[in-house]
Amino acid sequence: MNDSIFKTLGVAFAVCLVCSLFVSFAAVNLRDTQNLNKINDQRAKVLQAAGIYDETNTNIEEQFSVLEAMFIDFSNNQIVSAIEGLDLDSYDPVEYSRKDGFFTVIPNDEDIAIVKNKENYGKIFILRDENNSINKVVLPIRGYGLWGTLFGYISLAADLNTVEGLEFYSHKETPGLGGEVDNPRWKKIWIGKKIYNNNKNVSLEVIKGAVNPQDQNIDYKVDGLSGATLTSRGVTNMLAYWFGESGYKQVLENLKNG
Amino acid sequence: MANKYKEILIKPIIAENPITLQILGICSALAVTSNLTVTLIMCVALTSVVSLSNLFISIIRNHIPSSVRIIVQMTIIASLVIVVDELLKAYDYETSKKLSVFVGLIITNCIVMGRAEAFAMKEKPFPSFIDGLGNGLGYSFILIVVAVIRELFGAGTLMGVEIFPLVSNGGWYPANNLLLLPPSSFIIIGLLIWVIRVFNKEQVEEKDFSLSKHDVSPNYEKREINV
Repeated sequence: MNDSIFKTLGVAFAVCLVCSLFVSFAAVNLRDTQNLNKINDQRAKVLQAAGIYDETNTNIEEQFSVLEAMFIDFSNNQIVSAIEGLDLDSYDPVEYSRKDGFFTVIPNDEDIAIVKNKENYGKIFILRDENNSINKVVLPIRGYGLWGTLFGYISLAADLNTVEGLEFYSHKETPGLGGEVDNPRWKKIWIGKKIYNNNKNVSLEVIKGAVNPQDQNIDYKVDGLSGATLTSRGVTNMLAYWFGESGYKQVLENLKNG
Repeated sequence: MANKYKEILIKPIIAENPITLQILGICSALAVTSNLTVTLIMCVALTSVVSLSNLFISIIRNHIPSSVRIIVQMTIIASLVIVVDELLKAYDYETSKKLSVFVGLIITNCIVMGRAEAFAMKEKPFPSFIDGLGNGLGYSFILIVVAVIRELFGAGTLMGVEIFPLVSNGGWYPANNLLLLPPSSFIIIGLLIWVIRVFNKEQVEEKDFSLSKHDVSPNYEKREINV
């Protein structure tokens, strides 16, 4: 009886219908909370990178409001406050690096960090002091590690050269090895390091092993993650790409010159 | 009556453990046990999926046509897994990021399908639910043991709290990186199976065959003499 064709089709249909209602009910009802989580998670990372995150204050939106977000127009490397058709608050450069008409494919020989597509408009967060001059900036960076792309934020001090913090908000590295990019102790090493040397070349790199404290280039070297050579190399490449000619170098120059 | 339920609940924890006796659900046991917090969330997720899927499948068991029964079971399991995934993303975003794909992979966890086929298709809803709960707890028990060993000796922490200060952080404990890699779970689960079978002899399988004694055939020597 159960195996008649009508019963089979009927049961299959009914099960699918009930299950799909159940799933879509959950998805629709939880969507807003999920999106908010995602946005707040990223905001928290931006604040952490800038070193101004207050864990005790759960109102991330309020904490985040001290930062001024701006667009980066990569066609002329200028910082602009508005771009037609884009909403500054919700604009996500990573999302737009996959949207038709909003990205440029990076030529293979330039793509050292395997970013593949670069968005036409970037985003920068600026923290100003009471005199309205720049105190810190936070820039999104990303690049390939061992298992996948690492997405993060790096913060620079007023000289636009000294690192103030580095945070990854999404990566797929092995926990305990490459995953140690999230280790607070390792992240602390970054503070005070310099990105460009006197010749304005990107010199900051993650080396193999620990940095010798007597090294005269100590400002340009970060301890490697043990057991994670490829992740360490990925982070180095990421810096080289994003602070190089095709990344933020010119933007930072323009910002410094007003 | 109550005793029967108790037995259904307790048995899968050690005596009929899904991982160490039935060797099911090994894949996720390898993948999510490098950190205890993540493991605990995974255990809750799997236990709720297996008990609820057992319950729902058992409720409609008399109406499931045998020709499409696996597909019907899969549909129910997959829906539950998606809902669990959505709930995690909404209420524990941090952990959901760490668990990423593994929650989705509960769908393919052999324990869930195995209990649906072996138990829920034949028994009443309530015992099925208890059976799912018991098997979920059995799975959780093994995973927690593995995770405690891996995290404690691999990273010197438990649930992210430092227990052994690592050499790399200025302490005395050199971390064993092997334990952070998935193959170490194989070794730990293998050792657990050994320990359980030392105390629980009836789990030891009969040998498929025994080796015959190594002996030179008596005819062999004779032949040589004849030559």
